[in-house]
Amino acid sequence: MSEMNEFDENGPEVIKRFMYVNRKAPYGTIYALECLEVVLVAAAFDQDVSVVFLDDGVCQLKKNQDTTGIGMKNFSKTYGALDDYDVEKIYVEKESLAARGLTEDDLVIPVEVLAADDLREVMAQQDVIISS
Amino acid sequence: MLHLINKSPFERNALDSCLRMARPGSAILLIEDGVYAALAKAAHAEKIISRMDDFSFYVLGHDVAARGLNDAPLIEGIDVVDYEGFVDLVAEHDVTQSWL
Amino acid sequence: MAYECNGVTIETDEEGYITDISLWSRELAIRIAEEENIEMDDDHWEVVNFLRNYYEEYQIAPAVRVLTKAIKKTLGVEKGNSKYLYELFPYGPAKQACKIAGLPKPTGCI
Repeated sequence: MSEMNEFDENGPEVIKRFMYVNRKAPYGTIYALECLEVVLVAAAFDQDVSVVFLDDGVCQLKKNQDTTGIGMKNFSKTYGALDDYDVEKIYVEKESLAARGLTEDDLVIPVEVLAADDLREVMAQQDVIISS
Repeated sequence: MLHLINKSPFERNALDSCLRMARPGSAILLIEDGVYAALAKAAHAEKIISRMDDFSFYVLGHDVAARGLNDAPLIEGIDVVDYEGFVDLVAEHDVTQSWL
Repeated sequence: MAYECNGVTIETDEEGYITDISLWSRELAIRIAEEENIEMDDDHWEVVNFLRNYYEEYQIAPAVRVLTKAIKKTLGVEKGNSKYLYELFPYGPAKQACKIAGLPKPTGCI
């Protein structure tokens, strides 16, 4: 375990665009939590990171989650720390929200809602896409 | 017969298959990611609403709360049950089928 | 590994982080700190309490650079810097302070 961030001094030599695409609902499977942890670890590497929520992935950001009844950690609170980890580009697909009867006001953090046509263009600009 | 649905209707066709195969009069309980099928404002809500006369629908309240859906309108006529209610449903029906 | 505190045995993982965060107490924190050769004063408690509040709000123990930045934001730059935090917790503010605060190993700490 390294306590100091080795990259702070000079920065990495090449900055790549990493996009993490979340397509799964929380709790029913482990994908959502695992992806969030990967994003937080990867945030240490000073790359250009963006996180996308589409399909059931948008459900990860639903407000008012209360997991006391299912005995699991309510990790929806952790998305609020993404800003502290300097993960600032967070996109939610408009069509996925609409299909579930959700709006931007239903989400735990401020996000950029993009229509599929616009999100497609952002995706096309990435160097690495990690999907879950 | 009691049918258990634990998959999101957006991702899997478990609910569709269940609605196609289940005999009218059956009970259908939505649990885990299956509870998203109960969202009243979702695009697929009509699937369940149109079969309200054929089946009795239930949803597990703990899974609804965990996913933050307590403040979201659920389809009218779906009964919310707790773990005791889950057990009662299993006990009331001779056979339980899980649509994994 | 385990700590003895008020006659109760509290289990830890192999790195010394307690496994059941609900068993944390100020007395236990002092016990863990002793093990780390740290005598808890007000400045140590301020960081430990900050970490516990952070965990309560976000459900994670922050990585050291995130902790430093967050402390800078709320307590000012004279406390939100590595030098100050490493003086308080010589083996790493995230590693030692999180352990004393009863939290898991920081997220994003590689």
